[in-house]
Amino acid sequence: MSEVRRPSAGTKAVLGFPLAMLGIFFLAPFGIMLATSFYHRIEGGFYEPAFELASWERLLQPVFIERTLFSIGICLLAGAVCIVVAFPFTFFLTRMRRRPHVTLLVLIMSALALSEVIVGFAWSVLLGRAAGISNILVWLGAMDEAAAYQPSFVAVLLGLCYIAFPYCILTLYPQLSRLDPELTEAAQTMGASPWRTFWTVVVPIGRPIIVAGFLLAFVFTLGSYLIPTFLGRPEHWTLSVFISDQATFNANVPFAAAMALFLTGLSLLVVGAVTLVESRTRR
Amino acid sequence: MQARGGLRLEGLVKRFGDVLAVDGVHLELPPGQLISFLGPSGCGKTTMLRMIAGLERPTEGRVYLDGDDVTDRPPHLRDIGMVFQTLALFPHLSVAGNIGYGMRIRGVPKNETDGRVTELLDLVSLHGLGDRRISQLSGGQRQRVATARALALEPRLFLLDEPLSALDANLREQLQVELRLLQQKLGITTIMVTHDQREAMTMSDMVVVMNQGRVEQVGEPLEVYRRPDTPFVASFIGRTNILRGEVSDGVVRIAGRPFEVDRPLEPGPVAISVRPEDAHLQTTSTPETNALPGRVVFVRDLGELFECYVDCGVGEHVVVAGSPRERVSVVQGQPVSVSFPREACVVVEG
Repeated sequence: MSEVRRPSAGTKAVLGFPLAMLGIFFLAPFGIMLATSFYHRIEGGFYEPAFELASWERLLQPVFIERTLFSIGICLLAGAVCIVVAFPFTFFLTRMRRRPHVTLLVLIMSALALSEVIVGFAWSVLLGRAAGISNILVWLGAMDEAAAYQPSFVAVLLGLCYIAFPYCILTLYPQLSRLDPELTEAAQTMGASPWRTFWTVVVPIGRPIIVAGFLLAFVFTLGSYLIPTFLGRPEHWTLSVFISDQATFNANVPFAAAMALFLTGLSLLVVGAVTLVESRTRR
Repeated sequence: MQARGGLRLEGLVKRFGDVLAVDGVHLELPPGQLISFLGPSGCGKTTMLRMIAGLERPTEGRVYLDGDDVTDRPPHLRDIGMVFQTLALFPHLSVAGNIGYGMRIRGVPKNETDGRVTELLDLVSLHGLGDRRISQLSGGQRQRVATARALALEPRLFLLDEPLSALDANLREQLQVELRLLQQKLGITTIMVTHDQREAMTMSDMVVVMNQGRVEQVGEPLEVYRRPDTPFVASFIGRTNILRGEVSDGVVRIAGRPFEVDRPLEPGPVAISVRPEDAHLQTTSTPETNALPGRVVFVRDLGELFECYVDCGVGEHVVVAGSPRERVSVVQGQPVSVSFPREACVVVEG
């Protein structure tokens, strides 16, 4: 009967290469970072091998706990905004005629070519006083004088949503484009308006990918540190900003490593919790 | 029960870009009957059904349901039930959830919905399967769920788009009978799209034969089979022999031999359809009229059915079929004659 075949030398080589890359470029640095987080920091820029919990203990300071909660909060919010906009958008995109459909998709995907630096600068100009969108409103007579919308919480949220949005669509697109159009038509023949059809058929069927897209946007924005620095005040900075701050400006690498690991652990926890809730509540 | 679900189509046209899918269809369909739209793929029959359902907007023409113009009415306000080709059952709902979907949308109270779902499950012989998931059902069971779901709201029109095409042949024949009995029991106006002429013949009160976006013929199944109006209908519904010839001085001549047909004809080209089972094989000399001499090309003896292919020099081979009792013993290459009784010669062109 069925017997597990031994992988051939070729199979081993094909699998071995990515495994080796993963080990060298992910697991090894991760291990180094874990070790560094316990190292002793020397004032003035260096650290030496040791085993002390000083960096980890520092995480328990109220300011970092507060920053952690803020980071998770704003990224969950960004994920929610992204999915709320991206899900109906992607659904209607897949229902469009081919030419506008492909054009729009290409346009959105081309936003992925922009680096976070460019996106951050662009938004800070757009939301600024000197050359921002408020000038258009003034020109149209809707406002008396130009205003600055950044730095602010909303500006940070907007920037985070902007960078995560294309990834959200990439997650949703394959599944939604394969959704049988006869499913929504069937709902309509049974008396459901297009709006009810969307809520009673498309959303429930799309639930697993809604969760996946949401989590992707959450994890992705959690790692962003340029957007909050460009568009926010220090009170809008996320943990990622503090990590890069500690590592590059304060030269406190052990503390930066501890924060980075802490952030990784937390995001895994959130992902795990959301996935669990999703699978538990599925009928 | 009051007859409802009378449908009138006036000059329906549907274009998709440059493609003319439906080309000016006028039809008046009586209530309470099962009507089949029959034709090859791409003939526009599904597009017609979708326009009746409101899933496709006609480019031109109007759709009337019980006298009301419903052309501009969206599908969810048309009071129809439809079974789709893919069945389109909701994977996130149970069997009962699928059947009760329309009632939930209408805001029917839960206990009433539950009662009706149980009733419908019994109607389609799925008693006690309400809690199953769709993925746990067989093909035939899924078909029944789709039927029950479409009938749940007691619609004015019951539309079926190739409803049995996903099933294997045996199950399909069984469900054809089941569906037809159900339709007769409920007396619901039903329109079924199919490319299978056996299915149409088995189930319909009336057949609408379509080709290239046009209606070729409308009539009762046997009437359409026996008296096809066009060569297309004659060859699409069952098999036939098309004999082409000329009319001159009121006499039909095919391959130079005189034929008597059922009606007088104008001079010009003519085409006659004769079903294989209506043609007769003879080993004696060829009669003066309504017969062609030929040579046996091939004999197919299936036990229950006997078929003989004869080359009569009229283009395609003439096929003669009969029950084994009428078997004439012939061998390949033997000269024979085929006679075509006057009442079996149906003029399909001319």
